[in-house]
Amino acid sequence: MTDLLPIDEALWVLLLGSLLGLELIGKVPPSLHTPLMSGANAISGITLLAALTLIATAPSPLLQAVGAVALAFALFNVVGGFLVTDRMLAMFRRRGDDR
Amino acid sequence: MNPSSLLALGHAPLDLAAALLLAFGLKRLGRVSTARAANRLAALAMALAVAGLLLHQGLLGWPWILGGTLVGSGLGWWAARRVAMTAMPQIVALFNGCGGMSSLLVALAAAGLPGGTSRIAMASIVISVLVGAITFSGSLVAMAKLQEWLDTPAWTQRPSRHLVNGALAVACLGCSALAFTSLLPAAVSLALLAALALLLGVGLTLPVGGADMPVVISLLNSYSGVAAAAAGFVVGSRLLIVAGAMVGAAGLILTSVMCTAMNRSLLSVLFGGALGTGGQAGTADQGEYQNITSCSPEECAMTLEGASRVVFVPGYGLAVAQAQHSLREVAQLLERHGVDVKYAIHPVAGRMPGHMNVLLAEADVPYDQLVEMEAINPDFPRTDVVIVLGANDVVNPQARTDPQSPLYGMPVLHVEEATTVFVVKRSLGAGYAGIRNGLFECQNTSMVFGDAKQVLNILLQELRELGVGKVDNRRQSPVLAG
Repeated sequence: MTDLLPIDEALWVLLLGSLLGLELIGKVPPSLHTPLMSGANAISGITLLAALTLIATAPSPLLQAVGAVALAFALFNVVGGFLVTDRMLAMFRRRGDDR
Repeated sequence: MNPSSLLALGHAPLDLAAALLLAFGLKRLGRVSTARAANRLAALAMALAVAGLLLHQGLLGWPWILGGTLVGSGLGWWAARRVAMTAMPQIVALFNGCGGMSSLLVALAAAGLPGGTSRIAMASIVISVLVGAITFSGSLVAMAKLQEWLDTPAWTQRPSRHLVNGALAVACLGCSALAFTSLLPAAVSLALLAALALLLGVGLTLPVGGADMPVVISLLNSYSGVAAAAAGFVVGSRLLIVAGAMVGAAGLILTSVMCTAMNRSLLSVLFGGALGTGGQAGTADQGEYQNITSCSPEECAMTLEGASRVVFVPGYGLAVAQAQHSLREVAQLLERHGVDVKYAIHPVAGRMPGHMNVLLAEADVPYDQLVEMEAINPDFPRTDVVIVLGANDVVNPQARTDPQSPLYGMPVLHVEEATTVFVVKRSLGAGYAGIRNGLFECQNTSMVFGDAKQVLNILLQELRELGVGKVDNRRQSPVLAG
């Protein structure tokens, strides 16, 4: 793993991403906090991209196997997270307005 | 070839689209009308991100990819289908822990790749391992506590736990430093770091009381975002960094919102120990209840018959008893009788903010009958009957009146201002947080002892026998007056 992103660029991306995250979750009705947490949690499984990269670049079967296990963990998070969020949100009946 | 050059080249359009959709998804998850579509949008974004990556790097190592995908997706699908709505917080904790574990494994393996590791790469690896491990073990402990596989034993409340955790933290820092030197092979230092950080995750989470667990899960959710962002530094993926940072920041906001709702500071949640056990809560909380009035469901039904405004306060106990459906039936009967029925929802009712809304929605309770705390509190003096079902701490008047109470300052539902309060409860045992509740001793409070579902079913039967809800028997009908 030699060439990384230039560190200053990576830090800018980190900074702007964090600021975006702070702004996105401003006003949320408490009723949506559990689904929101669950949805955000599914998104954090995006680390599956790193697992895929690892599998493609690992020089030995051992490291590839580690990558495959990491991929399985991440996908468990992603698939389970999105499905469970969908299950929760499917139950919010829309009668009247949003609140 | 190396991963960074793969990632740095041109699948930018797909990555950008994915980042944009993820941001939109997170944003729109915050409104009821758009939330479901937003969740699907985020899932689509994730699929785009994967497609972009695979287009670029090809299907190298495809048997491993296929295997990992089948196992992970299959188990995730199975778990998400099978889990009961009452167990939502636990399953979110479990999913979250697995995300952390994934970042941890990727970082460990990245350290083992040939070609040397720069200091910056090593720093990213160390952060990913440390945060990933704490996320994993902490989430599992949180899950076990919510599932009630683990309780909070008194020995975890000893002040010496801070020494143990402090020592573990210092040891983690030591191992992190070692990873930059050549004293030990990097893999050994990192494995040691992982082991110590796993222990630290347990040590930090174990002393936290069950009632504070949602805050911890929310915080760990934020951590798993940080771990993902660090993994993004390791493999050089902008998308991973952006998404991880977004989740990390959003998780922090959500955590602080929850702390505010419970009137707890994050520091006291993390380091203050459990409420109601040893620690800070040994004050006026123990001791027998006095002047308790109890009544039967039949008497409760007769009071309800004459009421015109009724508020139900559902809590986690209701969900555990699977009594949401019985509750809805009682409410519908009363509505047909001309009674104004509302459900008062405390921000942290259930085991997580919003948990109770999900549970009641499952029982087809119309969304517009659920009223949040600030909106319903001014109405209690004009309410005839309040029925508290499986809620405890969120209706504790001492949170407003007794500076000695560990709950003092927490916003609560002012149910004691209603004319009559019924508290349906199995026994006089302490609540989830183990704190004495003065509501039970109020003059206008009657305890109805029993399982919430059984009580509601008897109530339903009694109300029917009283003729409540029959069309020719509506209270408004003038015929009845004579």
